[in-house]
Amino acid sequence: MKVPESKLTAGSPIEPIPLPEKVIIPLHQNIGAPCETMVKRGDKVLTGQKIGDSERFVNAPVHATVSGEISATTMVVNPPTGQAVAALVITSDGEDKWVELEVPKEPEALSVKELLGKIREAGIVGLGGAAFPTHVKLSPPEGKKIDTVILNGCECEPYITSDHRVMLEYGEKVLSGLNIIRKVLSPDTIFIAIENNKTDAIDHLEELIVAMGLKEDFKIIPLKSKYPMGAEKTLIGIILDREVPIGGLPLDVGVVVHNVSTAKAIHDAIFEGKPFVERVVTVTGAVKNPKNLLVRLGTPLRSLIEYCGGIDGKAGEVILGGPMMGISQPDLDFPVTKGTSCVLVKESTPIREQDCISCGRCLEACQMHLMPTVLAKYAKAGRYDDCKKAYIDDCFECGACAYVCPANIPIVQYIKVAKSELIKRAANK
Amino acid sequence: MPERKFLVSPGPHLWRGQSVSKIMYIVVLALMFPTAAGVYFFGYHALSVIAVSIAAAVLAEYTVKKLRKRAFVMDGSAVVTGLLLALILPPTIPLWMAAVGSVFSIAIVKEAFGGLGHNIFNPALGGRAFLAACFSVKMTTWVSPTGFGADAVTTATPLSSNFIWEGDKLSLYQDLFLGNTGGSIGETSALLILVGGILLIALSIISWRIPVAYIGTVALLTLALGQDAIFHILAGGLMIGAFFMATDYVTSPITEKGKIIFGIGAGILTVVIRRFGGLPEGVCYSILFMNAITPLIDRYVRVRPYGLVKKAKSEG
Repeated sequence: MKVPESKLTAGSPIEPIPLPEKVIIPLHQNIGAPCETMVKRGDKVLTGQKIGDSERFVNAPVHATVSGEISATTMVVNPPTGQAVAALVITSDGEDKWVELEVPKEPEALSVKELLGKIREAGIVGLGGAAFPTHVKLSPPEGKKIDTVILNGCECEPYITSDHRVMLEYGEKVLSGLNIIRKVLSPDTIFIAIENNKTDAIDHLEELIVAMGLKEDFKIIPLKSKYPMGAEKTLIGIILDREVPIGGLPLDVGVVVHNVSTAKAIHDAIFEGKPFVERVVTVTGAVKNPKNLLVRLGTPLRSLIEYCGGIDGKAGEVILGGPMMGISQPDLDFPVTKGTSCVLVKESTPIREQDCISCGRCLEACQMHLMPTVLAKYAKAGRYDDCKKAYIDDCFECGACAYVCPANIPIVQYIKVAKSELIKRAANK
Repeated sequence: MPERKFLVSPGPHLWRGQSVSKIMYIVVLALMFPTAAGVYFFGYHALSVIAVSIAAAVLAEYTVKKLRKRAFVMDGSAVVTGLLLALILPPTIPLWMAAVGSVFSIAIVKEAFGGLGHNIFNPALGGRAFLAACFSVKMTTWVSPTGFGADAVTTATPLSSNFIWEGDKLSLYQDLFLGNTGGSIGETSALLILVGGILLIALSIISWRIPVAYIGTVALLTLALGQDAIFHILAGGLMIGAFFMATDYVTSPITEKGKIIFGIGAGILTVVIRRFGGLPEGVCYSILFMNAITPLIDRYVRVRPYGLVKKAKSEG
């Protein structure tokens, strides 16, 4: 499916923004278990100091992203889940004093176990948006052989250019991070998937691969610019012609997909000893100067938008992520978290839902070959068991169906409601 | 920056903008080709029938929506129904009859079932079937295509049992292809129906599946029965039925496979009615019958979801 790309910031180099006066660090920024706080109000912290962690495996610790004092604990609403989570507020001392970074003398000599430990301690999660802890993804269960790694540089959502800029400006680090992934998983094949609307990134990485002597190991696959090309299951289907079973994970078919920015974070963690405290965020849409920014995690959205000259034009919605799968925010107090690739300010489109005319466009648009309108009808009628029988769990909410729907039916919203009802029911059993 | 609150809405936050009304008006545009042929061949009265039928349809839609206390939206669907009905009526039909049929199409066939998206039968075909039942003589009176000039002369349609052709086959095909023959206002010119239909397929408004399956089935079956397949494709209402009636979203299956089944079913029924039934033409009733079983097709013909078979294998 074609969607307008609107990549306003593709040519804008990454700019670091001034340190914020305060940062808000939610203790739950990943899929899986939340962190417990390791500090209390009044504690002094250094940049990069771990301030939240958990005993659970599916978790990634959080770190102070500026030096200063823990000035408050608060609650914020976690965008993907809509649940309120605890957060720590750090008031910056303006000095950005770092913890002592442990740089290994011989990074090449580290064992797989040591590498995984460092990746976990750095708090790295999947930066494509899902925020799944990276060390978990790199630890396939016993007996599951990973034969293929796909590095995902598709960035198929309109507007977002953070991965694009990371590939252009941190190409060596991305490839070096990918080398670590190779060492951990030892797959037979490694592909780098990039949409062909980023030919500069394709050429740049190709040159680097040759220069770094990795020509035999990494193969770049240019892909058509289509939505949702960057979805794991789409990529695996197109590149390998494999189907991830319903309810399964890519590793069930021997594949792991990592995002390019995640690979860069892995490099920083291993070679520089740096925990994951900053990321590239595209600020775009109805702002005066759309830019790609290097931002400390926890920086409130307001600071990013002010740095870009403020809101300019029709601004009805502020969206974290892209326009297709992003989540809109009621105000600008929310901070940048690990999964924030983009802040999009845009005009809001009023929804006037009509009755389904059975045109079938949503069926054509659905990458998972579901019948979205049927799911929406069941969900609307409260027939959640029928939703389950119609494979609602296979939907990853890319929004293609609602995008093409002539009747303007908010199909994804109905599906989300049905999914959460099904989860509630399962929990009550 | 002044404090402000933003709208929180579910994603996606982008919309392609191809609305129901845009689709309807594209269909109207495509129908302008057979409409032009109808007016060219059958003159002013045909034009009046078309205008009255559309006006009655829109008025009926407005009235029924008001009575049902629903919002009236000028989404173009009533225009499509009114126009389609006119195109499948005889050119000599009295204007009031066209109006009655059009009101029946909208008020009973469409709105009584819940309005656009909920009707089981194609409204235009339902209206035509109603008129055929009520006014059988007027609905089977055909005239030769004399255009705007001479008085129309009563004639037989190519599918009637008393149709006689004295020329060679090629000129018969040519007349049927261009539309220079007796029949309903918009059904005679295969050429211009094809232009409109291909336009809709090219614009991805309709799928090729139903027309191809429908016309293909009629061709194969008539061949198998030792009849003239080309004649059966070009004569009567098959072309307009296959491209503009059977492809109605609401009353045809939603899946690709379902559409093929629908087309084949309609094709078989059309040939059976034409060859063995008591009527010269069977397109209208074939499609109406397939409309009736469309919910059944949609219930049993499902798409195979991504990742389904593989899992069954790994479990077994």
